[in-house]
Amino acid sequence: MGLKLIVLIKQVPDIAKVRFDVEKGRIDRSSAEAEINPFDLNALEAAVQVKEKVGGIVTAISMGPPQAVTSLKDAIARGADEAILLEDKVFAGADTWATSYTLSCAIRKVGDFDLIFCGEKTVDGDTGQVGAEVAEQLGIPHIYYVSKINDISQDKIKVMSEVDESSYLLESDFPLLVSVTKDVNKPRLPTLRDKLKAMKAEIKVWHANDLSDVINLANVGYFGSPTTVHKVVIPKEKERQGKTFKDVPGGVNFVLDALEAKKLI
Amino acid sequence: MTTSSEIKKKVIVFAEKRDDLIHPISFELLGKGREIADKLNAELSCVLLGYRVSREQAMELIYYGADQVFLYDNIVFKELNIIPYKHNIVQLVKREKPDIFLFGATHFGRSLAPRVAAALETGLTADCIDLQVDENGDLIQIRPAFTGNILAHIKTKTKPVMSTVRYKVMQMREKDQARKGQIINEATEVPNERGPRIIRKERQAEFNITEAKIIVSGGRGLGTSEGFKLLKELADLLGGVVGASRTPVDEGWIGKEHQVGFSGNTVKPKLYIACGISGSPQHLAGMKESETIIAINTDPSAPIHRTADYSIISDLYQVIPEMIKQIKARKVNRT
Ligand SMILES: Cc1cc2nc3c(=O)[nH]c(=O)nc-3n(C[C@H](O)[C@H](O)[C@H](O)COP(=O)(O)OP(=O)(O)OC[C@H]3O[C@@H](n4cnc5c(N)ncnc54)[C@H](O)[C@@H]3O)c2cc1C
Ligand SMILES: Nc1ncnc2c1ncn2[C@@H]1O[C@H](COP(=O)(O)O)[C@@H](O)[C@H]1O
Repeated sequence: MGLKLIVLIKQVPDIAKVRFDVEKGRIDRSSAEAEINPFDLNALEAAVQVKEKVGGIVTAISMGPPQAVTSLKDAIARGADEAILLEDKVFAGADTWATSYTLSCAIRKVGDFDLIFCGEKTVDGDTGQVGAEVAEQLGIPHIYYVSKINDISQDKIKVMSEVDESSYLLESDFPLLVSVTKDVNKPRLPTLRDKLKAMKAEIKVWHANDLSDVINLANVGYFGSPTTVHKVVIPKEKERQGKTFKDVPGGVNFVLDALEAKKLI
Repeated sequence: MTTSSEIKKKVIVFAEKRDDLIHPISFELLGKGREIADKLNAELSCVLLGYRVSREQAMELIYYGADQVFLYDNIVFKELNIIPYKHNIVQLVKREKPDIFLFGATHFGRSLAPRVAAALETGLTADCIDLQVDENGDLIQIRPAFTGNILAHIKTKTKPVMSTVRYKVMQMREKDQARKGQIINEATEVPNERGPRIIRKERQAEFNITEAKIIVSGGRGLGTSEGFKLLKELADLLGGVVGASRTPVDEGWIGKEHQVGFSGNTVKPKLYIACGISGSPQHLAGMKESETIIAINTDPSAPIHRTADYSIISDLYQVIPEMIKQIKARKVNRT
């Protein structure tokens, strides 16, 4: 017994370090180290906590380039039992529809599952769409903006879901996809022992031909994507006054004069 | 025989009903939808799903720009249950074959729209801040990505072109009670698919930081939850509200409804005072559009100073009381 838990993880650049070229409108991904999307750490932690409570097995799945193996090893260090990377040139350039299609095919191939966890959004794509699109493609319900897991058993889950100015306490049977916010938990840090163990873990890599019985390749990657990025603009920062003060009463006085002139006070 | 030029293009807007009210984003979408429809010489419709919807409410959508309203009235829409909403919208799209379909990027919209898009096997662009029609008549969807660092211009090859649009960036039109339009009563299909069950619904605190004109925000530099009392005093004096970076929220010093930033609220007040906030990219993503920014931070190299109009490089526990004192003095002098 125990639950079959799947976590969807994306490798993203550390946003605090990425450099953006304003002139060329380019993102220099090599300028920053890659890491697990921060919100997906919450999704992983949620799955691991569920496993610790009612038993089960956690499978982390990611679609990405070969180097995303390191993020999946990190996921194992943080409590996932196994991990699968969907990696193929034909998967590259996917929008949310093609990404969710590819992920849902892989999930079908994995077979039976009870719960799928994903993050609220990625820090690069930043759409928050992949989860609900995966759920629709699998024909299962989803719950978004989950801020708390109130109860979990072998056949039911109760969660709090934040819908703008309301919160709902919801109950659902399985299968279900849950998208979590950062408030759902505090992700644990892996111990050195966990990290060493994870280094030796084998990450399954599935290429397009490994999915051939479940996938239609017309729907994957850049060519399978209904949307295309047709331009990227890196907005120039708004011009600011940039006046600096060290002297407190004088600085405050100057600032208040300025605010008064703008009729803000 | 019909040629493509004889078939009128269609734009549909999803009107979001919350309890008894239509969410204001619906009227903003109608404003933008009308502009797009006029450029494309298209028809603008609105779909409204709810329980016990009054005719007056449906008429409002016409006054704000819709040519017609597809109205679904059924108890399944009493609460925000994704599955019946999705099912009926998908059926409507299959029948009407719109070119463009817009949703509000509220939590509900962002949960519902991807399901609809996936069911229709069409593209969806998230959280748009602008929509433009180019010379080919294609919709250019403009959205921030990379934690607000870039703006991507996106086109969709499939139909309908679907987007969710951020709240408070589109202009609603003046209400025009002379506008005429059609209300079409639709029969609701109740799908067999199950969804989660609602056990309880709670309203969150009324506090809504996105409405505030003035925000006094605190970060880790406050040191303790006590610091927010001081900020509240200043905020009250200015007729504003208190905000926070993520750190004090994670520390439990203040509620998450106060959080500004990538994983909190996006705000655009007239005045934003950042106290003891370093100015991480995730925080800036939520407030850098503020009209005037004041930074109070002891560290001259803190990035927040680069985004500020006025920086006071000093201890906030000296600066804020001084501000309060001087504002009070000015008020006395004025009277
Ligand atoms: C996925 C993700 C999402 C995130 N979302 C958000 C978000 O929505 N909002 C957000 O804010 N952050 C967010 N963060 C966190 C963000 O990266 C920073 O950690 C956070 O913004 C730092 O908060 P801070 O500026 O209050 O603290 P710090 O960076 O620690 O800065 C504190 C500042 O206070 C100054 N200071 C100290 N004492 C005083 C004093 N007495 N007087 C004046 N100044 C003083 C210091 O010089 C320092 O600059 C997110 C992070 C991730 C990874
Ligand atoms: N390439 C991917 N591989 C695995 N999971 C993904 C991928 N892209 C998105 N996800 C999941 O979907 C969530 C929402 O992503 P997004 O729609 O890109 O903001 C993420 O937090 C992940 O859990």
